[in-house]
Amino acid sequence: MSALSLALPTRAGRGAFGKVVLNEARLTSRQPIAPIAGIAIPVVLLVIFGELPVFHRTAPDFGGLDPFDAYMPILVVFSLAMLALLGLSVPLASYRELGVLRRLSTTPVPPSWLLAAQGLVQICQALAATAIVMVAGIVAFGAPVPKSLDGFAIALVLSIAGLIPIGLTIAAVARTANAASVIGRIAFFPMMFFAGLWLPRALMPPVLLDISNYTPLGAAVQAMQASMLQGFPPVAPLLVLGGYAVAFGYLAKRFFRWE
Amino acid sequence: MGPSAAPVGELNGRVGGRQPDRVLTTVPVAAGSAAGVPAVEITGLRKTYGGLVAVDDVSLTVNQGEIFGILGPNGAGKTTTVECAIGLRVPDSGTIRLLGLDPQADRDQVHEIVGVQLQSSAMPARLRVGEILDLYRSFYREPADVAELTGALGLAGKLNDYYKSLSGGQRQRLSVALALIGRPKIAVLDEMTTGLDPQARRDAWGLIEHMRDRGVTVLLVTHFMDEAERLCDRVALFDTGRIVALDTPASLAARARGGKVVRFRPSGEFDDHVLTELREVTRVERGGQRVIVTGTGELVNAVLFALAAAGVSAFDVQLDSSNLEDAFVKLTGTHLNEEGTLT
Repeated sequence: MSALSLALPTRAGRGAFGKVVLNEARLTSRQPIAPIAGIAIPVVLLVIFGELPVFHRTAPDFGGLDPFDAYMPILVVFSLAMLALLGLSVPLASYRELGVLRRLSTTPVPPSWLLAAQGLVQICQALAATAIVMVAGIVAFGAPVPKSLDGFAIALVLSIAGLIPIGLTIAAVARTANAASVIGRIAFFPMMFFAGLWLPRALMPPVLLDISNYTPLGAAVQAMQASMLQGFPPVAPLLVLGGYAVAFGYLAKRFFRWE
Repeated sequence: MGPSAAPVGELNGRVGGRQPDRVLTTVPVAAGSAAGVPAVEITGLRKTYGGLVAVDDVSLTVNQGEIFGILGPNGAGKTTTVECAIGLRVPDSGTIRLLGLDPQADRDQVHEIVGVQLQSSAMPARLRVGEILDLYRSFYREPADVAELTGALGLAGKLNDYYKSLSGGQRQRLSVALALIGRPKIAVLDEMTTGLDPQARRDAWGLIEHMRDRGVTVLLVTHFMDEAERLCDRVALFDTGRIVALDTPASLAARARGGKVVRFRPSGEFDDHVLTELREVTRVERGGQRVIVTGTGELVNAVLFALAAAGVSAFDVQLDSSNLEDAFVKLTGTHLNEEGTLT
């Protein structure tokens, strides 16, 4: 009972998984805290940054980057982190707190379906947020189309793959929805610092940059930035993201409790 | 799987051949080839949490179509026993079979045939009643009809209401509806009437009897004596992790006291022999103006008839029958109050 498993029982009614996903989407839309924080905030920041002239003046100490271009991947990972660390973990912790997972484990549908459905809903939101930020940045504010679209796609997929297990691990260790929310927020801010939200990576001293390279959001920004401006991203940040996916995937599986 | 292999096969055949009738629960058990297999068979169950022994050497057999009560104070091991039975907890030792199936090894099949109403299990606040029912309905291959189920449980007008707007009693009834929506062969109801008002309790009792009439086996966990007495074919009294008595409510009650007691005020003098020679009477006492007769069987009729023959009328006749509560007190030395705590 302690392990996450997505074994599909053959006996459950047809369409049950679809109904589970539909219900998760309904619940998200009825209490849209995560989509507002994870999609609306980055989009609003994008518009503000795009309208500020200072963000379009290439400064030598910005590593030759247009500051607006530098912020595009930061806003994308803002969205991914918000959805994974809070959007995913809080409802799952609340389902355990309410006894929904326990109740589900007495039916032909395993409670792991609820995790999968919730993950699917968050991933859809993450992809939508990324699309909105990228398209708006390119179309409305003249950001360049990524030099390597494949590279960007791979960086995005690995970023999501690295962050979702972190959210699941938070849901695993938090006893209540409130605890998940607190842990998620405590994790969010330092992670966003190393993504460069307050001090872009181009301006970080070497020590901070080294640390940033090994944080999930730092690696994600590094990979996305490279795919946007240079070409296919270097292997190092992709490996870091893959490492987080494996490590936190293990932790989530190890520590998740259904009741 | 060993010895349970044959019943499993039979059960599969039966599930597959179930008629697509739109009844509330399921087909009568008599129609099944698994008839004769106990609905629930628990042997030597033991479960500890850390150093605490929650259930110790519990054995019981529930026949198909029976309403079986598990009665006892909080902490007596009732819920732990039931949670082991439905596979939510793994016993330390002992075996459990539900219609021949092992709740751990045959989990998928068990979940198809057992409907569970858990104590303190809530739903997301922002789902509507109809959406929750529709969701759980989709989990089963031949679910019950939502309209019939919600009608029987008094939830018909609530389908569009959010879960958070339901009263405690309505949430409880929704929980029962979810336990029955898969048309289970065994329904496990843990404290289902706790928190219900008296009318809702009687409605819930009617529903349980209705289920039994359809051949469903009901495992009813309760701390209400009147509920167990009214509904259950047999009752297991739990105390500190053990079964202290297992019998019909009437037999347990009869065991508690020497029999029935009739009290009355006679219209005039009469000799005690008028009553003591009756077959039904075991003892006659006098307390002031009142006469107290202890006995068995149709005690009231016998006493009144004999008095009338002797030309005496009886006024203010009271009959005390011992009940399950007396049995519980006698067997455990403790009382239960409304909350299930000991007094």
